[in-house]
Amino acid sequence: MAGSRGRGRSQFSFSVDALGFGRGDSLPSSAHTPSPLFPPMQFRPVPLHTGEEVDYMLALKQELRASSKNLPFHIKAARTKTDVAHYSDKYQNGETKNNCIEWSPDWSRMPKELCIKVRKPRKTGAKPQLTRKPKVAAGKEEVLQKLETLEKREEEQHSEEEEDEEKKKQNEEEPDADEDYDEEDLEDETDYIMSYFDNGEDFGADSDDNMDEAVY
Amino acid sequence: MTAQEVRLCGLLLQEHFGNVVEKVGTHLIRSGVLTLRALAHETKLPLDLVKKSLCVLVQHGMCTFGAGRRGPAGPVEYRINCERVFHMLRYPRYIYTAKSLYGDTGELIVEEILQRGQMTMSSTVKTVADRLTHNMPEGQSMDYSEVVSAFSQLVETHFLQRCPLASAGSSSSGAVDTPLPVATQPTEPESHPDCYKLPYINLTGQGKRRRSSEDGEADQCAAKKARTDDSECGDDRIYWQVNFQRFHLHFRDQAIISAVSCKLDQIFRALLSSYNIARPILDQYLSLLVDDPMEFVGKTGDSGGGMYVVNLHRALANLARATLESVVQERFGSRSARIFRLLLRKRHLEQKQVEDFAMIPAKEAKDMLYKLLSENLVQLQEIPKTPDYAPSRTFYLYTVNQLPTARLLLQHSYKTVGNLMERRLYETKENKRLLEKSQRIEAILASLQATGAEAAQLTEVEEMITVPERQQLESLRHHINKLDSSENQVDETIFLLKSYINSTQASR
Repeated sequence: MAGSRGRGRSQFSFSVDALGFGRGDSLPSSAHTPSPLFPPMQFRPVPLHTGEEVDYMLALKQELRASSKNLPFHIKAARTKTDVAHYSDKYQNGETKNNCIEWSPDWSRMPKELCIKVRKPRKTGAKPQLTRKPKVAAGKEEVLQKLETLEKREEEQHSEEEEDEEKKKQNEEEPDADEDYDEEDLEDETDYIMSYFDNGEDFGADSDDNMDEAVY
Repeated sequence: MTAQEVRLCGLLLQEHFGNVVEKVGTHLIRSGVLTLRALAHETKLPLDLVKKSLCVLVQHGMCTFGAGRRGPAGPVEYRINCERVFHMLRYPRYIYTAKSLYGDTGELIVEEILQRGQMTMSSTVKTVADRLTHNMPEGQSMDYSEVVSAFSQLVETHFLQRCPLASAGSSSSGAVDTPLPVATQPTEPESHPDCYKLPYINLTGQGKRRRSSEDGEADQCAAKKARTDDSECGDDRIYWQVNFQRFHLHFRDQAIISAVSCKLDQIFRALLSSYNIARPILDQYLSLLVDDPMEFVGKTGDSGGGMYVVNLHRALANLARATLESVVQERFGSRSARIFRLLLRKRHLEQKQVEDFAMIPAKEAKDMLYKLLSENLVQLQEIPKTPDYAPSRTFYLYTVNQLPTARLLLQHSYKTVGNLMERRLYETKENKRLLEKSQRIEAILASLQATGAEAAQLTEVEEMITVPERQQLESLRHHINKLDSSENQVDETIFLLKSYINSTQASR
């Protein structure tokens, strides 16, 4: 490289001043901390694009995000059962279960090992439930009738269970017990069992004949 | 897969499919290829949840499966297709393009297929017709034939394609029906000869308007009907998916056209739309384009009055270069940008030469160069004069390589989108209480209006949100809109850089 150089001294191909520190000086101190998380910016960023196209795509994006939460592809883990059985558990049987898939894929296009076998509830359990629904609004007079039919059905179920050798009867005992319990509760939609309630119709009827004693 | 790419995939999966699929997907990306049992064991999730997540991912084409390392007799192995996950970022752009080309019908068709992964033609037509009918005034309904014609147009222009044949996977103990393809090479959809052939379906009718009172029952009936109808319509088992490559070609063409038309005058853009341009004017414009230093158009010969070719690779490179330059300009200032451009053109320059060519004082030039160097946008090349790399006898040249710099910027972009998404999630979480309250109040208002309440009641309900809360909500919405918009815009940069990198790699 032509040009004036220090005679015999250390010769670099670039000007030493360009380095920013002179000969013999200590090196500039190095930073001991990581760079700041939000370093101050020298220049303001350019504003975003605006326009009809941009607004439409923004709206589309937000709509897609909202609607994808409602699709069956959005998978939520089923809540693990806590030790305490809540009263509201009975009314919240629409919760997601881990072992059922909410949409039906085409299994010819997927590996068979991904198919989850869902255990179906016994069909006999479904029939009494259908016949019981219209009786929800029945009055007190039909309670006795219902008790009789329930007894009969329990006998039927017991006999069927004895015939069936499958383990499913153990699973069905719980929903059967629940159905009985539902039945009593749903009659008048109160928390109180109807047979315990005395609505006072018999109170004034007895004392009409004897008018000697005052009624307090 | 880089760390930023994995992080972005995780965020996208979580946004669309929830936490469970995100866990499964992220683990599978990190591990590469796994069997079902291994995946369940390593993620410590219940097997059923893992099965459901894999079903979702396969349905959307993000996960491929095939015979594993032990051959067809061994367990099935799964791998995630990361590129396909990134496409989820671009869904609004695909839908908007379909709308601009084929109207509302096309838009809804593409939206349905994108949300469901793959669908048969008949189910798509019915769903879209129902949705269009829902938006029409009372008494009108959408005929299936219109939707079918829009669908056919999309298939003819290759925006939709048939899903590739998937051979049935074997269960872990059962026999194999057909030989599975090797897991590394999934069958390309275009290798199927009938890839763009429309099936013959007999589907006549009109969209049905759904009454809000019969929602639950209608859904069940519709689901049952759909299953029986599909096989009746004759296109059972033929599924359609969105052809992303074709959309990308369209975006690329759009980018090139807009770049050229920005450079030349407005009339040129108007002329492009009508194809009968007068011959001498056409010649002038073409020679202008050819002489343009951007080299978009080249002249290959004189036969027929002149043969012209659009140089796609060169065009993409120029667009990428413009992106890089603008990034440097916005972050470091116009003088740093000048240095950057100089180095791009002149390849290797010494520090002294940089100062001279850029006409910037030495001290500032040195400062800017070192800053660019610390950000890795500029590299230092040592050329020794002697075998011992003595500093006094070595040339130090600054240089910029376009391809590695583009890759670096692409990774930065992935990180940016990840940051934007995380910030949006954070903002939403911080104000969750307020958002829920406003949603409940809106629901109450809507139900009150439906049942015909008086204005006094409505104002009373509206006042349940105090004024400062309203302001907070407003600013929250503003922030979220801004973050969403930024994501869309960064995605455009990602697309450009990715196309450039792919085209460069393909041509090598």
